[in-house]
Amino acid sequence: METILLQLLNGLDKGSAYALIALGLTLIFGTLGVVNFAHGAIFMIGAFCAVTLSRILNWSFETIDPEKLDFLGNPAKIKTPYVEAWFGPEFGGALIDWAVPLAILFSIPIMIAVGFAMERGLIKHFYKRPHADQILVTFGLAIVLQEVIKYFYGANPISTPAPDAFKGSFDFGAMLGFDPNMIIYPYWRLIYFGFAAVVIGAVFSFLQFTTFGMVVRAGMADRETVGLLGINIDRRFTFMFGLAAAVAGLAGVMYAPILSPNYHMGMDFLVLCFVVVVVGGMGSLPGAVAAGFLLGILESFASMNAIKSILPGIDQIIIYLVAIVILLTRPRGLMGKKGVMEE
Amino acid sequence: MSNIDLTRRRVLKTGAVAGAGLALPTIFTSGAHAFTNEPMGGSVTLGFNVPQSGPYADEGADELRAFQLAVEHLNGMGDGGMLNTFSSKALEGNGILGKKVEFVTGDTQTKSDAARASAKSMIEKDGAIMISGGSSSGVAVAVQGLCQEAGVIFMAGLTHSNDTTGKDKKANGFRHFFNAYMSGAALAPVLAARYGTDRNAYHLTADYTWGWTQEESIAAATEALGWNTVNKVRTPLGAGDFSSYITPVLQTDADVLILNHYGGDMVNSLTNAVQFGLRDKMVNNKNFEIVVPLFSRLMARGAGENIQGILGSTNWHWSLQDEGSKAFVKSFGTKYGFPPSQAAHTCYVQTLLYADAVARAGSFNPCAVAEALEGYEFDGLGNGKTLYRADDHQCFKDVLVVRGKENPTSEFDLLEVVEVTPASQVTYAPDHPMFAGGALGACNAG
Repeated sequence: METILLQLLNGLDKGSAYALIALGLTLIFGTLGVVNFAHGAIFMIGAFCAVTLSRILNWSFETIDPEKLDFLGNPAKIKTPYVEAWFGPEFGGALIDWAVPLAILFSIPIMIAVGFAMERGLIKHFYKRPHADQILVTFGLAIVLQEVIKYFYGANPISTPAPDAFKGSFDFGAMLGFDPNMIIYPYWRLIYFGFAAVVIGAVFSFLQFTTFGMVVRAGMADRETVGLLGINIDRRFTFMFGLAAAVAGLAGVMYAPILSPNYHMGMDFLVLCFVVVVVGGMGSLPGAVAAGFLLGILESFASMNAIKSILPGIDQIIIYLVAIVILLTRPRGLMGKKGVMEE
Repeated sequence: MSNIDLTRRRVLKTGAVAGAGLALPTIFTSGAHAFTNEPMGGSVTLGFNVPQSGPYADEGADELRAFQLAVEHLNGMGDGGMLNTFSSKALEGNGILGKKVEFVTGDTQTKSDAARASAKSMIEKDGAIMISGGSSSGVAVAVQGLCQEAGVIFMAGLTHSNDTTGKDKKANGFRHFFNAYMSGAALAPVLAARYGTDRNAYHLTADYTWGWTQEESIAAATEALGWNTVNKVRTPLGAGDFSSYITPVLQTDADVLILNHYGGDMVNSLTNAVQFGLRDKMVNNKNFEIVVPLFSRLMARGAGENIQGILGSTNWHWSLQDEGSKAFVKSFGTKYGFPPSQAAHTCYVQTLLYADAVARAGSFNPCAVAEALEGYEFDGLGNGKTLYRADDHQCFKDVLVVRGKENPTSEFDLLEVVEVTPASQVTYAPDHPMFAGGALGACNAG
C-alpha cells in the first residue's frame, strides 16, 4: 500500500513535467500546425535560466587572504558575491538561496523572447512545408541550442538547489496513520506538482475566459474564417508560440532543483513528451495534460520491483506499449479531434 | 620465464633486423614498416581518444589538457612535471628516442562505435603508434580490441570495470587506473569500521559492463564483512529522474544505499536520494548511509552539497602530498589555473609510462614496448610504488578511500582522503573468478 501511494506521488510528479512540456507542444501544433522538436530544448533553456540567475547572484569579487593558501600554495583568493556586499550577508545570502523561485520572474521575459525569436526567425518559414521538413529543422535547432548551452556551461550537470526552506520531506505516512518515515515526499517535488497545476489552470483559463483566448481557439478550429473576419490571427499565433515557450521554460526552471541541469536534459524529455501528445491526441490541450499524468503514473508503477521481477525491463517500454495500444484502439489518441493531422 | 623472455627478445631483434633489411629497397613504401606506423621521420605521433562531445565532454577536456602537458614535458618544455619525480630516468626530455612527440586527437563521444572509428582513423590516417584516453569502460574495451587487431599499444584512460583487464584483457592493452574489485577491497574495511558489520545494503546499478562488475565487487566485499544484500536493482543509463528507483528503498529494511552510478547518473541518483530524506532516516536503530564506490571530483560538483560525508574511492586526488602529485598539480595548476582530475592524472601517467617503456626497450615496436611494461615496477607518479602486472596488464598500487568534505574551502576542495589502502590489500590473483574468462593472447605488432 505504501509503495503504491509513493509511486502514485512519483507518477504525479513526473506527470507534471510531462504535462507542462506536452501542453506547450500541443499548443504550438494546434495553433501553428508545426511539429516542434525544439520544444525539449526550450525546457532545457528554462532550467538554465535558473542556473544563470544563480550565477548572476553569485557573481563575486575577489580579495586576497594572505593567511589562507590555494591549491598551488599561493595566497588564496576569497570570493564575495556582490549581492552580499551590497545588501549585507543576510539579505544577499537569502537572494542567492532563493535563486530558483526568483528565476521564475527572470525566465518569463527571456523565454517569451526566445519563443518569438525562434518563431519569427526560423519556424515561420516552414509553415507551408511538410511536417517532415518541420521536424528536421526543429530537431536541428534543438541540437544547435544544446551545443550552445554546452559551450557556455560545460557538459557536466550543474547543481542548482532549492531554497533551504524547502529542503527535507513531508511525512504523509504519519498523517495517514502509517508508520512514520514510510511515505515521505520531498517538499520541492510537492511544490512542483502544485506549480504545474497552477500553470496548467492559468493557460486553460486564459484560453477559455479571455477574448484573446477565444480568438485563438476560433483560429485553431478554422483559421481561414477567422482571417476573413479581419483578425490578424498570425500575430496571435506567434504570441501563443511565446506562451508555449514560457510554459516549457517555467517547467524547466522549477525542475532544476530536482535534476541538476545539463545540456541534454531537453532531449531526454522530448521523445516522451511527443508520445504524450500523440497519446493525448494531436492538438488537444486537455488530452496532453491527461496523457502526461497518465503516462507519468504508469511509468512509476512499472518501475516497482514487484512488477519488474515479473516483467523485467517493463519500466523502459511501458510508455511505448501504452501508446501502441491506445493508437490501435483510438487512432486519434485519447481526446484527439477529427481532422487533425489527417489531411 | 626469463628464458622465454630472452628468446622472445631475440626473436624480436632478429625480426626487426630482418625486417629492416627486407624493407631497405622499399623504404618509402608502407611495406617497409616492421610494425604498424613505425615512425620513420624525426617525429612520432600519439593518438588521444577522449570524449570531446557528449555527457563526459568535461572529463575528456581535462584528459586532453593532461595529454598536452605530458607531450610538452616529453619534448623538454615546461617544468618537466612528474618526469622529475619518476623513478625511471630513461626519458631525457628530448621526445621519445630522440623523436619529437606530436599528437592527434579523436572524439569517442562515449560511444563504442564512434570511439573505434576515431581510433581507427588516427591509426590509419594519422599514423598514431599508440592510442590513449577515454572515460568509459564500454569504450575502453572496444578500443582495446581495435588496437589489438591494428597492432598498436592501447594505454587505457579512465576505465574502472573489472572486464578491461579481466575477461576482455588484451596483450596490447594496459591499464593504470584502478578497478571495481580494488574499490570494494579498499572500501570494505572502512565501511566496517564506520558503519559496523551488521548492515543491509541496497544496490542501484548502472546497467552496463562497469555497473555490473562494480555491483558484483562491492556486494562480494561487503558480504564478506557480514553485510546482507537486500536487493540489486539495475537502472537504465541516463535514467534522469531516479525517484521511482529510490522510493522502493524506503519500504525495505535496507540501511545502506550503494549507488553504482557514474557521471550524470551519479549526480542525479545521489541528489534524488538526499531529497527523499534517506540520509536523515533511521533504520534498525542505525543511521541510513549512502555509499558511492567510485567518486569523481569533476562529476561530484554537480551534486553540490549532497556529497558531504559520503564515502567512496578514487584513483588519485590532487591534495596528495607525495612529491609526484605535488609536481603534477604544480605544472597542471600553473598552466590551466585549477587542479587536475583523476582522469587527467591517469592519462598523464599513462603517456609517461608509454614513453618510458619505449625508451627502455629502445624501440617503438609494440611487442617490445609491451615487454618493457610487463612486470615493471615504478614510483614517483603519485600513487606510491606501483607494479604493472605481467599477467593481466593491470597496475597495482594504493587505493584512496575518500569522503565528501563537510566544509569545503574552495570549489575544488570537495573530497578528503580518509584512508590510503595499501596495494597489498587490493591485490588479487590473476585467475580470480571476477576476472576470469579471457586471455591476453599474443602481442600484435601489426
